[in-house]
Amino acid sequence: MSRNRPVRFAFDAGGVVVAFVLTTLVLVAAKAPPLKAFANIALGAFGTWDVTANVIVSWVPLVLATSGLLVTFTVGLWNIGIEGQIILGGIFTTWALRGLEHSTLDPSLILALAVLAGMAGGALWASLAGALKTFGGVNEIFGGLGLNFVATAVNLWLIFGPWKRPGVASMSGTLPFDPKLWMPTLGPDSRLAPASVVIALLAIVAVFILVQGTYFGLRLKAVGRNPKAAYVLGVKTWQHMMAAFALCGLFAGLAGAVQVLAVYHRLIPAISSGYGYLGLMVAMLVNYSVPLAAPVALFFAALNVGSIQLPIVLRLDSSLAGVLQGSLVLLVLLAKGAKERFLGKVQK
Amino acid sequence: MTNESILLAGLAGVLFAAAPIVFAVIGETITERAGVINLSMNGSILLSAMGGFSVSLATGSLLLGFLAGAAIGSLVALVVAFASITLRQSQVAVGFVLALLCRDLSYFLGNPVMGQSGPRLPGLSIPLLSSIPIVGTLFFAQDLMTYFSFAIVVLAWLFIFKTKAGLELRGIGERPAASYVRGSRVEGLRYLYTAVGGALAGLAGPMYSLSVKAGWKGTISGLDGLGWIVLAITIFGGWKPFRAALGAWLFAFLQWLGLVLQPSLPGIPSQVLQVAPFPLMILTLLLVNLGDAEWVERSLARLPDKARKRAARVLRAMRATPPAALGAPFEKD
Repeated sequence: MSRNRPVRFAFDAGGVVVAFVLTTLVLVAAKAPPLKAFANIALGAFGTWDVTANVIVSWVPLVLATSGLLVTFTVGLWNIGIEGQIILGGIFTTWALRGLEHSTLDPSLILALAVLAGMAGGALWASLAGALKTFGGVNEIFGGLGLNFVATAVNLWLIFGPWKRPGVASMSGTLPFDPKLWMPTLGPDSRLAPASVVIALLAIVAVFILVQGTYFGLRLKAVGRNPKAAYVLGVKTWQHMMAAFALCGLFAGLAGAVQVLAVYHRLIPAISSGYGYLGLMVAMLVNYSVPLAAPVALFFAALNVGSIQLPIVLRLDSSLAGVLQGSLVLLVLLAKGAKERFLGKVQK
Repeated sequence: MTNESILLAGLAGVLFAAAPIVFAVIGETITERAGVINLSMNGSILLSAMGGFSVSLATGSLLLGFLAGAAIGSLVALVVAFASITLRQSQVAVGFVLALLCRDLSYFLGNPVMGQSGPRLPGLSIPLLSSIPIVGTLFFAQDLMTYFSFAIVVLAWLFIFKTKAGLELRGIGERPAASYVRGSRVEGLRYLYTAVGGALAGLAGPMYSLSVKAGWKGTISGLDGLGWIVLAITIFGGWKPFRAALGAWLFAFLQWLGLVLQPSLPGIPSQVLQVAPFPLMILTLLLVNLGDAEWVERSLARLPDKARKRAARVLRAMRATPPAALGAPFEKD
């Protein structure tokens, strides 16, 4: 098997190369200069300290979402409902802040309580998807998708209804909170909160330890590989699935809390910003390996932030980032399939 | 206009707006009947909407626009088929990636044609039939594709349940091993039906961009999310064409109702009413699945005889059981 290693690596690398070639072809088809476009993305992500800070701002919720998803993937679940779980995290955080903003509590205590509320919100929404699957027989993909729509509706209702700005409600969200309730950032104009970066790093380490180093993680893996065999061996199958859902929801809720407390300082309609779906892509691209998730998430965040300038500089749509991300995941999946087909599966 | 004629025009509009969803849901139903889930729906509808519009704009031909939409839909579906049937990768994973990739691709490539006014499918009232009261307005004063949306439901039902090929289609989705023994080329047929289902779903795109929501407006086209609903309606439809079409019409009806009720419900913002049908879909998903849950059976057993039989009958009528081999790869040995 080890003799095959370079060949196996060539398949993976080939997938990545083909993805870049495909994206280049898309650029050529759009009559755009490919090299200039890629250079523009790189510059837009790492050209100045400010934009690099924005990459990290965008990396935090992506890593949090991916961390949670790695838990549900371990148990063999496709938690597509993560978008809604992030939204609920944002809603619960805002709800806690609204309730406590005029209290006499210490601001840092209020912040901590708001983060916990966000985590609870995410876990609650994830448990709902889990309950639909466990007790209602609704596949988690369809239950999750439906719950995403419900979460969006609830969020819009709050922003345009009970929590609307004094005067006129708008798509720009609720009234910003008092700056003393913002998660402290590097500077007055910065959106980068060091605490949120620490939270993200802790999350990925926690998931690594959970999956690789605990008996609970081992049981999750057993259920993920073969639920029937695990059940026969005495692993409580549905309880572990519910636990995985709830854990993922905690991380997703945390992402929503960070978006409200550190980035937007209010609840906005697009509070989840697609980080849940992007997290699914990251998890698939790294083939569910925890250590690879953080750097790949950084690359994806860089693509997102780097492409913001494309419409202004090159008159190209910023969705180019999504095209490259999608091509990468698709081609790496296809390369993995081709590898297994021609060289056989590796037994881990 | 009288109240009745407003209502009638509204209901005719519901059938018109539901036509693309009917096509997509029938397409997905056929694909899933063969045992393949094409989760890329959201992306393929957007990409075929953009592609169909661009082709039609460039050539001035509506027919070419619709053909381009069908071609894009089946091409995307073939990627799902290749990855899952030939390369044995997860259908769900590949479909999900394609859903996002094709969405972004449509926004990126559609940038130059954004906001341009292009060709539009004309209405086609059928003489005599359209002057029948009520029925005429509802069913015979539509456009060509809406008529096709009625026909496709009947045709799909006839094909799936009344033909030999349809029997074979159901076989490869239920018990592929048994079909293989009987001489069905399981993998080839799965490729075929995935492509056919993808082409039908691909027609939904130009039906939006050349008719229902004419034009291409990028991220504000209002099409993002519909593909996910198509997947939910397919389940609601229990993999049966008539029930699936009913789901599509119900969905369009609820969206219309939201628009109509908006002035009389000032407390609820319009954005909420637009997404209101989506939560209702989950509720129905829960209901159609409830009959299969073990705890429901157990609690039913505790009911008195008469009530139990009645409850069981209701649950059975709503129940939708997926093709047994849906999503599972087929191994010859």
